[in-house]
Amino acid sequence: MSGLISLTLRIWRQRSPDSPGAYASYRLEQVSADLSLLEALDLLNEQLISAGERPVGFEHDCREGICGSCGFLVNGQAHGPQAATTVCQLYLRRFNDGETLVLAPWQAKAFPPIQDLVVDRSALDRLIEAGGFCSVNTGNAPDANAILVGRDQAASAFETATCIGCGACVASCRNASASLFVAAKLAHLAQLPQGQPERAARAEAMQQQMGREGFGSCSNQLECEAVCPKQISADWISWMHGERRRTAGSGG
Amino acid sequence: MSGLPDPRLPTGPLATAWRRSRDGLPLISPLRKRQLRIVVVGSGLAGSAAAASLAEQGYQVQLVTFHDSPRRAHSVAAQGGINAAKNYANDGDSVERLFADTLKGGDFRAREAGCYRLAEISGAIIDQCVAQGVPFAREYGGTLANRNFGGSLVSRTFYARGQTGQQLLYGAYQALMRQVAAGRVELLTRREMLELVTQAGVARGVVCRNLLSGELETYTANAVVLASGGYTNVYYLSTNALKSNASAIWRAHLEGALFANPCFTQIHPTCIPSGDAYQSKLTLMSESLRNDGRVWLPLKAGDRRPPDQIPEAERDYFLERQYPSYGNMVPRDVASRRARELCNGGHGVGPGGRSVYLDFHDAIANQGSEIIEARYGNLFEMYQRITGDDPMAAPMRIYPAPHYTMGGLWVDYHLMSSIPGLFVLGEANFSEHGANRLGASALMQGLADGYFIAPATVTAWLAEQGATAIGPDDAAVREACLEAGQRAQGRIEALLAVAGTRPVDSFHRALGQLMLEHCGISRSVAGLGAGLAAVAELEAQFQQDLRVPGGADEPNGELEKALRLSDFFGLAQLMLRDALAREESCGAHFREEHQSSGGEAVRDDQHFAHIAAWEHRPGAAPIRHQEPLSFSLLQPSTRNYQ
Ligand SMILES: Cc1cc2nc3c(=O)[nH]c(=O)nc-3n(C[C@H](O)[C@H](O)[C@H](O)COP(=O)(O)OP(=O)(O)OC[C@H]3O[C@@H](n4cnc5c(N)ncnc54)[C@H](O)[C@@H]3O)c2cc1C
Ligand code: SF4
Ligand code: FES
Repeated sequence: MSGLISLTLRIWRQRSPDSPGAYASYRLEQVSADLSLLEALDLLNEQLISAGERPVGFEHDCREGICGSCGFLVNGQAHGPQAATTVCQLYLRRFNDGETLVLAPWQAKAFPPIQDLVVDRSALDRLIEAGGFCSVNTGNAPDANAILVGRDQAASAFETATCIGCGACVASCRNASASLFVAAKLAHLAQLPQGQPERAARAEAMQQQMGREGFGSCSNQLECEAVCPKQISADWISWMHGERRRTAGSGG
Repeated sequence: MSGLPDPRLPTGPLATAWRRSRDGLPLISPLRKRQLRIVVVGSGLAGSAAAASLAEQGYQVQLVTFHDSPRRAHSVAAQGGINAAKNYANDGDSVERLFADTLKGGDFRAREAGCYRLAEISGAIIDQCVAQGVPFAREYGGTLANRNFGGSLVSRTFYARGQTGQQLLYGAYQALMRQVAAGRVELLTRREMLELVTQAGVARGVVCRNLLSGELETYTANAVVLASGGYTNVYYLSTNALKSNASAIWRAHLEGALFANPCFTQIHPTCIPSGDAYQSKLTLMSESLRNDGRVWLPLKAGDRRPPDQIPEAERDYFLERQYPSYGNMVPRDVASRRARELCNGGHGVGPGGRSVYLDFHDAIANQGSEIIEARYGNLFEMYQRITGDDPMAAPMRIYPAPHYTMGGLWVDYHLMSSIPGLFVLGEANFSEHGANRLGASALMQGLADGYFIAPATVTAWLAEQGATAIGPDDAAVREACLEAGQRAQGRIEALLAVAGTRPVDSFHRALGQLMLEHCGISRSVAGLGAGLAAVAELEAQFQQDLRVPGGADEPNGELEKALRLSDFFGLAQLMLRDALAREESCGAHFREEHQSSGGEAVRDDQHFAHIAAWEHRPGAAPIRHQEPLSFSLLQPSTRNYQ
């Protein structure tokens, strides 16, 4: 129980991709500090609707940090000030009474705007489409225990596989690079025996697709790692840059 | 359509039934498959698995989802794990045992042939997922790790930390994206299915609203597969993702698909309770917490003292008191019911008196804080993130929350609904969980449906249609599409025209409260009757006082919500009717009139060993059909946890 809080929200409002956008300010008076920031937006939207105004568009679904739908900048920080936390898990008690929060959408060439805080992140799907999979048809699998995988190796593959595709890494990068996202997927599959046959081709194809989608290249600013809600390590990016050398001549 | 179709159950011994049925199904040449179109609605485990597997066979598949990416489907949130009868733990597990547990867990309200098939396929699911690169937890020796889940006597649950659903979904999603790359799946994201197209009683396509442009788009197909998930959000606050909804299955129901056992819904006992009126979500906490936490409430009703000031003698460890042998580990429905009774009696704690304590004080004292921290650290962190309180210092507060829906569209053994050509997979169908689902069995069912059953049975249906069947490009089909499009258009215009004063969510909150009160953990004739009247009244208010700002031809989240809620109103009334008609207590369906003197559920096998399948009739009361259930391998027994 943390009592009540009042906040000013300065929110980027843009009705459609080709209409002009601008910030608008809203006051939230004496709301429960136990609300999440998205619940505060729900509340604001009910007030806007009652006043006959258009509610604020923002993405969300699971509200528990796992679907990757939510995400916008809070005072310039992707997903806000709390480490390892998506914006749907950010609670008002984190903020000071009377504070102003500036909410803005992800800004990146590869993420075109849609409305208000909503952008189009389908470029991330196309990166997976370029090769982020194991080519195995349903019904072709050997017994699950036929190939052993060490416990720590499996755990490390799992860590990289937890990326939720939120795009915060891209939004926080001054080059709008998707290197952390791509490295996470490459590392997930390269650490497992099932990912070996296509390892070199996958690394090549996904990195090329990154360029085609208009994502920038990595210049080691490490902002991505700092904002990643799943705490995926930027070490995987340097690992990715070594993949070409490591897999050279493997032919696959 | 009218009446109950043949469920097409297999004959002969159960142990070989699925193999025999599958081997006898007709096939289609690869060449012809390439000319056949299949629309799949939903990208969760069931939908993504089905779309990928059908595309691998050569069909042209279109996948519709309201999400911006298939990877966001609600399946991503499943935590605990997935069951499979691999017997890797060498603890005596077998297909027969998983079958028996599923049937018993469902309180003998599911088809035995379906449960058996599910157990039989379970092993192949794990094989498939591992081959895709799903990083399940492993032992030091490199074999897969298993854990014990939800009161089972064997360890058969495969898991990937607390993110099993996420990892399984990404496996299916990646298989799906591989087919997108191969040009065999067209992704139709940010589209919401609003109507099913039927022509001469056969499913021929869907009408969707493009959520960006607002345009109504029609997709015709030789077969339609719905994998649109469950309808728990009829209760508003639940453990489900906020946008999960019933519109796809409800619209199919209105077009003639029977709806089975709508009142079978599951309430999960260990969720983080609601605090503020604007809380949007009840987050699930793993059941494993009940292994070490002790559930209690103040002995005295209305006792408002903080927990640390209530002495031992004035606490009621009610589960330990009522169930000396199972104690805090009684099944989900029993734990939920007892918590609710005491809260209704004024013993509840927290805001509005709607929670109970789950106390780790004794566990910490006996085992040390390090052990408890290591075991539950991540769950405690999650709790603290949401509530701001530390469970190591003060007891957690938990309360039951709506979690899963066993009911859904009626399907036969081939997963085909009563509308020919319409298949229903995953949580959207009513299939194998009977009146109560066991933990870690929904993921198994969704993937069994998607990877293995539908690819065989959809093919068989298409093969049976032969070359002479009316194709989706036929003039009569075009006419049917036009009609379905007009229905969708009409509904959108009607909602926008209301011009009242209240936002959608205010109605949804009210509906949720009514359903929780009258059709939740405990149900009675009086309550269900009152619920029916109150829901009808609320629906009437909704139709008069709703306000949806914005237009139809732009992104409009409020319009999306209004369309979904208008379908929940119809479904809510069917749930209440179904609960009223089922004059027994079974599984998660507890009727107060049907309990023993000790307060235990009393099932009535003589009159209710059947599936209730409801038929919609425009302008008239729905008809309740009965599909009798018979049991050969296992005879109905009574649960006893005393
Ligand atoms: C918090 C939580 C934890 C759980 N943990 C477990 C567990 O440990 N083990 C277990 O076995 N089960 C668990 N479950 C249950 C399990 O996750 C679900 O039953 C299962 O994932 C449902 O999968 P599905 O494919 O049927 O549907 P979903 O994953 O719900 O997918 C539905 C899809 O349909 C789409 N859709 C729906 N309607 C429309 C429409 N009208 N138009 C277009 N698209 C539409 C959505 O966009 C989505 O892609 C859990 C559930 C919850 C809530
Ligand atoms: S790497 Fe991290 S920040 Fe980037 S998309 Fe994945 S989860 Fe989001
Ligand atoms: S809403 Fe799903 S991660 Fe935030």
